[in-house]
Amino acid sequence: MNSTLLADKSEASLKRFLSTLSPVDQVGATSRVEALATRSIKTSSKNWAIDLAIRMVDLTTLEGADTPEKVRALCAKGVYPDPTDLTVPSVGAICVYNDMVKIARTALDAGGGKDIPVAAVATAFPSGRASIEVKIQDTKDAIANGASEIDMVIDRGAFLSGKLGLVFEQIEIIKGLCGDKAHLKVILETGELVTLDNVRKASYLAMLAGADFIKTSTGKVAPAATAPVVYVMLEAVRDFYKMTGTKIGVKPAGGIRTTKDAIKQLVLVNEVAGPEWLDPALFRIGASALLNDLLMQRMKMRDGYYASPNYVTLD
Amino acid sequence: MNNFEYAPAPESAALVDIKSQYGLFINGKFVAPKAGKTFTTINPANEEVLAKIAYAELADVNLAVTAARNAFTKTWSKMPGAERGKYLFRIARILQERSREFAVLETLDNGKPIRETRDTDIPLAAAHFFYHAGWADKLSYAGQGDNPKPYGVAAQIIPWNFPMLMLAWKIAPALATGNTVVLKPAETTPLTALLFAEVCQQAGLPAGVVNIVTGDGATGSHLVNHPGVDKVAFTGSTGVGKAIAKTIAGTKKSATLELGGKGANIVYDDAPIDEAVEGIVSGIFFNQGHVCCAGSRLLVQENIEDELLEKLKKRISLIRVGNPMDKNTDLGAINSSAQLARIKELADSGDIEGAQRWSPNCVLPSSGFWYPPTIFTGVSQSHRIAREEIFGPVLSVLTFRTPGEAIEKANNSPYGLSAGIWSDKGSRILWTAKQLRAGVIWANTFNKFDPASPFGGYKESGWGREGGRHGLAGYLKGDN
Amino acid sequence: MRIDVMKTYKLFINGNFPRSESGRVYEILDAKGKFLANPCNGSRKDLRESVVAARNAHSGWSGATAFNRGQVLYRVAEIMQGRIDQFVAEIVAQEGAAPAAAKIQVQSAIDTWVWYAGWCDKIDSISGSTNPVSGPFYNFSIPESLGVVAIFADSKPSLLNLVSALAPVIATGNTAILIASEKHPLCAITLAECLATSDVPAGVVNVLTGKVDQFVTWVGSHMEIDGVDATGLSKKDLVEIKELGAENLKRVHSFNEAKSTKRMISFMETKTVWHTIGI
Repeated sequence: MNSTLLADKSEASLKRFLSTLSPVDQVGATSRVEALATRSIKTSSKNWAIDLAIRMVDLTTLEGADTPEKVRALCAKGVYPDPTDLTVPSVGAICVYNDMVKIARTALDAGGGKDIPVAAVATAFPSGRASIEVKIQDTKDAIANGASEIDMVIDRGAFLSGKLGLVFEQIEIIKGLCGDKAHLKVILETGELVTLDNVRKASYLAMLAGADFIKTSTGKVAPAATAPVVYVMLEAVRDFYKMTGTKIGVKPAGGIRTTKDAIKQLVLVNEVAGPEWLDPALFRIGASALLNDLLMQRMKMRDGYYASPNYVTLD
Repeated sequence: MNNFEYAPAPESAALVDIKSQYGLFINGKFVAPKAGKTFTTINPANEEVLAKIAYAELADVNLAVTAARNAFTKTWSKMPGAERGKYLFRIARILQERSREFAVLETLDNGKPIRETRDTDIPLAAAHFFYHAGWADKLSYAGQGDNPKPYGVAAQIIPWNFPMLMLAWKIAPALATGNTVVLKPAETTPLTALLFAEVCQQAGLPAGVVNIVTGDGATGSHLVNHPGVDKVAFTGSTGVGKAIAKTIAGTKKSATLELGGKGANIVYDDAPIDEAVEGIVSGIFFNQGHVCCAGSRLLVQENIEDELLEKLKKRISLIRVGNPMDKNTDLGAINSSAQLARIKELADSGDIEGAQRWSPNCVLPSSGFWYPPTIFTGVSQSHRIAREEIFGPVLSVLTFRTPGEAIEKANNSPYGLSAGIWSDKGSRILWTAKQLRAGVIWANTFNKFDPASPFGGYKESGWGREGGRHGLAGYLKGDN
Repeated sequence: MRIDVMKTYKLFINGNFPRSESGRVYEILDAKGKFLANPCNGSRKDLRESVVAARNAHSGWSGATAFNRGQVLYRVAEIMQGRIDQFVAEIVAQEGAAPAAAKIQVQSAIDTWVWYAGWCDKIDSISGSTNPVSGPFYNFSIPESLGVVAIFADSKPSLLNLVSALAPVIATGNTAILIASEKHPLCAITLAECLATSDVPAGVVNVLTGKVDQFVTWVGSHMEIDGVDATGLSKKDLVEIKELGAENLKRVHSFNEAKSTKRMISFMETKTVWHTIGI
């Protein structure tokens, strides 16, 4: 727990602190992100942004239909995204369900991806509707299988019904299990929180409880990582750093499909949280289809003409 | 290395074809000025000459007013409103078609960023024509009686800060209500008005309905004083506005005046603080602060002053100052050396009177007219920078303790054009709006404009409104 | 044979009836050339005091509900009705009108006053608007009173012109300084007596008599006066008041019709408010 800001661990203190946060005007926030979306990123800055975006991708598969071969193929893609061009950097992480972690870790280690972490979703992802014992076991399994990043979900029902202390406590418990073996991303599921005021409150709650990253969505609920939501979360980490000296990361996930989307995210990071966050250690993008669009744009920048999907691998 | 440098992203100046020389637009054609005098217009971002402009003297103004009078008597006043409206619809659509051309030309001539001309100035200008086109055949609903009549010939003088938008605010309602027009654009920004003349030709607008005479203050004077003019519409400084009011006192002319302001942006302690910072920035740095309704005074509740200023300074440091044609530029050039000198003089008075000046580190281009975004803290009501309109990117920061004090300070001005209110509490916002003596009040937003929204000021900020149903009153003689 | 008690016509400032601080009066004669009265010849200081009173009364009067103002105005009409004979006598004496015609004028004046009283809580509805702007904003335009308005009413018909000028100005929340017709000032003072005995708060209406051209200069240059009804002024005085008034951009208007919404709207300011709409 980031203890300096709270008087004690009581729900009352937590609620009191959260009530001091400034409100968010939705129209104003939307207007700011729309203005930032008009930034024109071309030539050398576009090249730089594409490569950075690739390095920030948490290449993800979270389907009921996932199989070992699917996961192995994904890992290969993540290590060498473009087999014809080895200057393309590897992705930031591979993100899978906890029962696929061992397969992913093995595949990565065997395929030149020793430095690429495996992130596991845990705590009854995506709904979070299960007992704390199940959530604890889910997390333990993931870490035992080799996950060095845990993407947990918060209990949105508890949040919306005012049981903020419960939400806080669960995050603390999972953080405790991570210890120094794994970094913790806390998924707020902003599409279910709906208002930007809630997104702000949930962000602070998660950071106070020990999150290393705050993440927008599970990707299973729309809307996911909309620009105003990411904007509010970037403000939260910026201001939290000012209050505590600790930098927390942000991960938008879901709905970021094109290079244009990714670059808009990077502009937001740059102008809201600041350049220090332009680093995979502090910003990740949860995506799958995005990688190929980044590769095609990279090819176009390199070769001068538009690429075709035939020239990037499926996985 | 985390530095995300945005590479130059220039819009192409080749999108617009600037002639080397322009005539006056009188009676549907471009004609040379009788005495053959010209002056030049430059790009304030680099001081390069853009074109030679005709200088209209009394004889030329005479011709223009006569053309407007003939067009009024013979054609325009006889035309049913619905038909007049169709011309305005045509003009609106052509403006939309040629919008990129207009945006580039406006940026080159005025110095404001292409992003603003492209996303704000030109779309709003087209919208004004579209909106007013629909009023032309509905004037009995304007609130001016069952059968209101136009004045006749309107003399319209517009400023350099939003050349094309101010042209739209003037010409659209005048034509919709059945008046004909002689318009004089500002000396430093004539080009989009002259391009607009081409649009009038393309739209087939009858000759003489719109006339454009270029020149300086003397030209404007001839126009205002011309006995053939029935209505005067002026946007510009309060000083000149008062002079016009005096000049027309003995005549039958009616006037609409849109003058200066010293808008108060009031931030209460329960404001959505990050959006308030955006609103403050937009309020004073949009259009380089060359805005009559700028939020040039920040009135922040004293108990959040430190927090707000810290966020504000961080935010201001992100403002990109530079080439107006670059799509990533936020703050463009100051429109002229004269305006730059005025800004400097007033800002320097802030130093002299003891306020604390702050600007981020900015590299300003070596040619052209530039001023960095600047804020002064520790400002009192009695400082010149709290009272006088600077018309540049300079913000004066004052504090207040209670809502009543905020109102008192905000209203303590001979101006009364605009104000901003930032709070999360609806009842407080509405209470504050009720108390403020200002014609345009923005709550949790700033610098928003719309053709349906009446714009204008209390007190010395002017007479009358532009836009909306209320704006039609300035061009119609109701049952008086 | 009974001698009548002659009436002294004083000024009406801030709810009181003082004489001019200058002590001056001027003589008016009736339509037959006989001495009629010595109304006060108001001074610049009288005007100054009136402006102070009007300014001080403005926030209360404009802050009252429109319904309340309507009730107050209606009560004035009730009092005027009771004073019909006094008004008729003054009109007959000053204007030389026949008593029947004078009575018709007074009745018309009262009815005009009632017409304006009924407008107090309706004028906003016909002159305000909500404006459909392109964006998530609630945008509304509301009319507000201008402030302190000086009125120079036309001289004939004296009461009807007074009423047509004064009622619309105060119906909307402005406060007024009524400069009576120089030639026919008496109805203005009697009207002031009606105002004083109804519920009109002190300072909302102030009535001055005297030489109009002096008032033109003082009113024109007074920076605290926001608007002027110049209907009763000569061309020369109108020009002077507009030229002087340009210094603080006074809103100067003249009108043709007794009953007109334009008389109210001309002394109002439109305030447009934008408010974000969001969750």
